Amino acid sequence: MVALTPISRTAPSFYVPVVAAFGAFFGVFIGTGQGSTIGGVLGGAILMGVIAFVLTKVAKNERVSRWGLTLLLAIGGFALAGLPGLFVGAFFGWFFGFLIFWLYEGRYRAKVAPYLTPGQVLWHFSFRTLCGMIFFFLIAPIIIVMPLSFNAENFFTFTPEMLRFDPAGYSLKHYRDFFTNDAWQDAVKNSLYIAPVATLLSVSFGTLAAIGLSQPHVPFRRAIMAILISPMIVPLIISAAGMYFFYSRVGLQGTYIGVVLAHAALGIPFVIITVTATLVGFDNSLTRAAANMGANPVTTFFRVQMPLILPGVISGGLFAFITSFDEVVVVLFVGSAGQKTLPWQMFTGLREQISPTILAVATILVFISICLLTVVELLRRRSERMRGMSPS
Amino acid sequence: MSDAPTAQTASSSAAEARIADAAYTGPMLAADGTPLKKSLNRALRLQKMRALALIAPLLIFVLVTFIAPIADMLFRSVENEIVSETLPRTTTLLANWDAKGTEIPDEAVFEALYDDMFYAIEAKEHTKLGGRLNYELTGMASLFRKSGRKVEDMGEVYQDQFEGLDAFWKTGENWNSFMGSDEWLASMAGWTKADGRQPKFKLREGMADVLPATTATYLKYAAFTQNEDQKNLYTTDPWAIVYSSLHKDLTGENALADYAGPAAEQLKAGAAAATSFETVNFSEAFLDIDKKWHDLDVWTTIKAYSPKLTSGYFLNAIDMQKSVDGAEMRPENQQIYGILFYRTMKMSVIITLSCIMLGYPVAWILANLPARQANLLLILVLLPFWTSLLVRTSAWKVLLQDQGVINDTLVWLGIVATDDRLALINNQTGTIIAMTHILLPFMILPLYSVMQTIQPTYLRAAKSLGATNWTAFWRVYFPQSVPGIGAGSILVFILAIGYYITPAIVGGTEGTFISNRIAYHISSSLNWGLGAALGAILLAAVMLLYYAYDKIVGIDNVKLG
Repeated sequence: MVALTPISRTAPSFYVPVVAAFGAFFGVFIGTGQGSTIGGVLGGAILMGVIAFVLTKVAKNERVSRWGLTLLLAIGGFALAGLPGLFVGAFFGWFFGFLIFWLYEGRYRAKVAPYLTPGQVLWHFSFRTLCGMIFFFLIAPIIIVMPLSFNAENFFTFTPEMLRFDPAGYSLKHYRDFFTNDAWQDAVKNSLYIAPVATLLSVSFGTLAAIGLSQPHVPFRRAIMAILISPMIVPLIISAAGMYFFYSRVGLQGTYIGVVLAHAALGIPFVIITVTATLVGFDNSLTRAAANMGANPVTTFFRVQMPLILPGVISGGLFAFITSFDEVVVVLFVGSAGQKTLPWQMFTGLREQISPTILAVATILVFISICLLTVVELLRRRSERMRGMSPS
Repeated sequence: MSDAPTAQTASSSAAEARIADAAYTGPMLAADGTPLKKSLNRALRLQKMRALALIAPLLIFVLVTFIAPIADMLFRSVENEIVSETLPRTTTLLANWDAKGTEIPDEAVFEALYDDMFYAIEAKEHTKLGGRLNYELTGMASLFRKSGRKVEDMGEVYQDQFEGLDAFWKTGENWNSFMGSDEWLASMAGWTKADGRQPKFKLREGMADVLPATTATYLKYAAFTQNEDQKNLYTTDPWAIVYSSLHKDLTGENALADYAGPAAEQLKAGAAAATSFETVNFSEAFLDIDKKWHDLDVWTTIKAYSPKLTSGYFLNAIDMQKSVDGAEMRPENQQIYGILFYRTMKMSVIITLSCIMLGYPVAWILANLPARQANLLLILVLLPFWTSLLVRTSAWKVLLQDQGVINDTLVWLGIVATDDRLALINNQTGTIIAMTHILLPFMILPLYSVMQTIQPTYLRAAKSLGATNWTAFWRVYFPQSVPGIGAGSILVFILAIGYYITPAIVGGTEGTFISNRIAYHISSSLNWGLGAALGAILLAAVMLLYYAYDKIVGIDNVKLG
């Protein structure tokens, strides 16, 4: 929806008050930080209003004005609050420079439909700002643990040294702890022993069953599907309780095999869902053609069907892997100290008061999930391309 | 290939076949001559079998590793065999006792209790039973533990008297000489520990008629000594309870008059003396151990929990209790599960609503942006979805703490005072914020996939027909997005009411869910039955929602990523 609305410069009576309002809004924070809210509001409004007018009517050159403003506010910020203030000031300078010329040149209208009323344009941008804030809410907690994990102190917040960007405030000691501490290393090892085996089990059983389920005539399809999906729906605490009771009856509680079986059961729904979704686009005449040319069912499966549904199988496998690798409730109950996995170790770390090594682990895990996400996304696109369902 | 005669032959044979077809009036036949209908049915059946054969391994796997445990848990929520298994005779006799009256049970019940307790103590089952009954009536655990030490001494009154009468009764060898069969005695004589398994005890023929009660007790004692204790039965001295049984036989019905086997002399002497033995009043003896044994509550509780299946755990789980008049509400100050269920529901609803409020605008903007930008922004939704739950929970723990990033920022900005920091963690606020963040992707993804299918032209058409922005959205767009809201809400709600990890870490005591209570009963208080009953109620709620989800969305349409 790229509407090319002709744009024209706006009058100072429009953009000066708007910029002043923004100035007043940010002035609240600086004002309260310095001790006077009212002073902040008035100062911000007047300062920004004047700057807006001067830059557009006196300086006129956009590049020079924006760089100048950024530099000016950066110096102002540094004077007020030191190094962190410098960055905050520079950001404000960049933002107001952008805002002033965006409004002044009328660029804000360029990409919205020409027939919108000013109120609708305002709503359009407020809505985007709101969405931006929600995206910020989604992503900020994950981002914020990363710098904190380089904390030189055993604190869970930014120390003054960190805010001053003092190299002494940062260290790799939590990472060092993670890589040398036996408890963490055993936990990693256990996770890596359990997750791949559980994944293998759920992928091999799950793929076969998904192929069976996508045949045209399956008796009790709905009921079977409901049973196979149920590990995903039943609350984990109930699965964990049931498995704890049942596995201790049959002697699997506290054993490696018990944990692997439990995790495999939990991973199965993900494999079923992704593989059946891939099989929806599978052309069954291909297997018939293969059979026609003399291939037996096993050859047909491995040479024709498998390569085509492989992306779905792999992403199902990744889901199953991450389910097992992330799982903590069931392993808490079904496992014993010998099966202490990484999430378990994190959970105990979080409950008993706690070392920032957890943040280092969290950062590493975020990078692992970024990798997994990339792989799954690429596979999904590939599989859609192969089925001619490519997104634009 | 244009061979005219061949073509002609072919066409003429085809014509013949047509004529033959017309002449044939029976059912249509397949190539091999079977009726086509039958042949097609067989093919269909074969296809079904093949599909089932592919599914079967997984189905069996899930049934064994997942469904069976759930069934086991449901069974445990009503199972109550421990009372009737540990106190078989007592519970049988109690069936005739009037629990609504004011009389405690009579001497016969106490005698049965002595019997049952004695075996339970030998097998160390009495503390387990005490623990079980303690869930229903506080003080039962200590009562059973305390009784354990003293019940063993109760029968010694008879033992001492028999042993005082004749030293013959002191040793196990003498007892075995007339209780055991000759054959067993012979094999026992040459047996040492090095020979492996002890020869199984065999009763002397006719003994069951001569001394019925003693025989029954002695068989139990023999089996226990040989199997559980792994002691040499031949040289072990019998339990005190054997003497009380012997006393019962000698003073009551027996066939001693015709008995002429080993130890007949001692038995007859015993029978003569037994009538003048000092007897034990078991009711008084139990009262001596603890006054509670004459407490009506103790007996009504034992009677109420005698059946093999009980609704007691479920009643507990909904703040009720068993009493002589049937089920009744617990006193106000003991009602905790109702509050907990209500809180779980309330907070799940709040979390679902905040997910709708935050998820709807995001899904809208994802669905209405050009694909390239939408895909980029989608990564911001998928990254939290793929990030470990514990990473996100620990991030929130770090952010929400008193000395955490949010409070520090607010203090730095001067919005809150240093000594007046916001309490964001270890309460309901913390749980709601963290869980909304964690479950938000589960709301956005279904909403997005529904909104993608809504044509933007409808909205433009509505506007060109004169609708205001709000009307166009509310009357045209919103109704079409309701299936997405439904799917997302049910998914988020199902996940929310069963959540355990996040409330446990950021919820404190105020912000915990029913799951945390279940976990507490399973790993700390060890009241498994109650934990299972709470779990069963939660499971029922989830299953109901799952059914609704299946009806609205269909399980097949669940999409991941």
